[in-house]
Amino acid sequence: MTAAGYINLIIAKYNYWIYIVLMCVGLWGMIVKRNLVKKIIGMNILQTAIILFYVSIATKKGAALPILAHHIGAHRTDPATIINPLPHVLMLTAIVVSVATLGVALALTINIYKRYGTLEEDEIHDLMRNA
Amino acid sequence: MKRFALLAVLLFGALLVYGTTDFPDWGDPSSPAATHVSPHYIRHSLEETAVPNIVTAVLADYRGYDTMFETSVIFTAGLACFFLLRVFARKAPDSRLYRHRATGITLRIEQGGRLPEGAREFERIDSQWVPYDLIIRTACRLVLPFIQLFALYVVAHGHHSPGGGFQGGVIFGAAVILYAISHDLRSTLQMLPERRTVLMSAGGVLIYAGTGLICLLLGAQFLDYAALAGILGVDPIMARSHGIFIVEIGVAIAVMAVMVSLYYNLASVGRFDEGL
Repeated sequence: MTAAGYINLIIAKYNYWIYIVLMCVGLWGMIVKRNLVKKIIGMNILQTAIILFYVSIATKKGAALPILAHHIGAHRTDPATIINPLPHVLMLTAIVVSVATLGVALALTINIYKRYGTLEEDEIHDLMRNA
Repeated sequence: MKRFALLAVLLFGALLVYGTTDFPDWGDPSSPAATHVSPHYIRHSLEETAVPNIVTAVLADYRGYDTMFETSVIFTAGLACFFLLRVFARKAPDSRLYRHRATGITLRIEQGGRLPEGAREFERIDSQWVPYDLIIRTACRLVLPFIQLFALYVVAHGHHSPGGGFQGGVIFGAAVILYAISHDLRSTLQMLPERRTVLMSAGGVLIYAGTGLICLLLGAQFLDYAALAGILGVDPIMARSHGIFIVEIGVAIAVMAVMVSLYYNLASVGRFDEGL
């Protein structure tokens, strides 16, 4: 592949790579961090990466928002000039659901803290083993 | 362990980057995601539902089942948070604190002492250190009506501009949470009691599912709003538009109530006595 080919590849795909970096940051937080709140933050970063990925799939070059005017005849709407509404719909609900799951995760964390007095995973493991 | 995790994350990232070589280019109008059902939505949603905002039409009509169960997921999350945190057994505190509204003097009432609960010039507080901040309270009181009005606008104008039940509900919930932060949880609970938030979150889901059920009773399919034409007195296309609006109101009520109830439970660790 020539140099121009690589540059074209980067221009065409670099948005995905940004989300992949974000996903890796979130996954790293979920795997490595020992504090449960940091794990939840990692989960949220991962969710955000997926949301951005879906929204970027919806874009079409030079296209308008998926809001039609009443006066535009429906037969005249060309799908290439209006961005794909479907990923927006999916992510609209996903954002609110991610807030709700965040609430449940924090409630579980509060209960764990009430019981063990710590949020560090290894300390909780020790307490569980000794109990 | 950490090295292994780094290896796993890097492998995961490398596999994904390798996978992107087969992905459609950025802004490609003929990508797979934009070719199957989405052209149908763009071409026909206006004539089929009379809703200019395609996202709203797809959300509440074409994918009505999906949205109904997403609302149920949010309702379930609120319920789960309630069951995980809510504390009912409560022992009476040794002393209660009251603050004189005008002067800011705090009174401590020992066990057995009495202060009429309904005295207007005193307010019950939970910890002495919570300062009375006039600037924050006044600023929030000025901002709140506009946030709530904007939330209602976002719900009502979801057919013609970005907006709808989820967004408007979250904004309205944020307004209530702002009130709780700037005042305290006790006064917020007087305004919007816990029982009402739970009933509203269930009622929102009920409005959504009930709309679908009415369509079923009228002989159409579940969530086929065109069947509501007879009740609403409009033609079937406009009935779809109105059906979407009814459903969006249900979503907004449910989302708003769940956000507030999540905040109540998390901020007071289920005790419902003192806020942040």
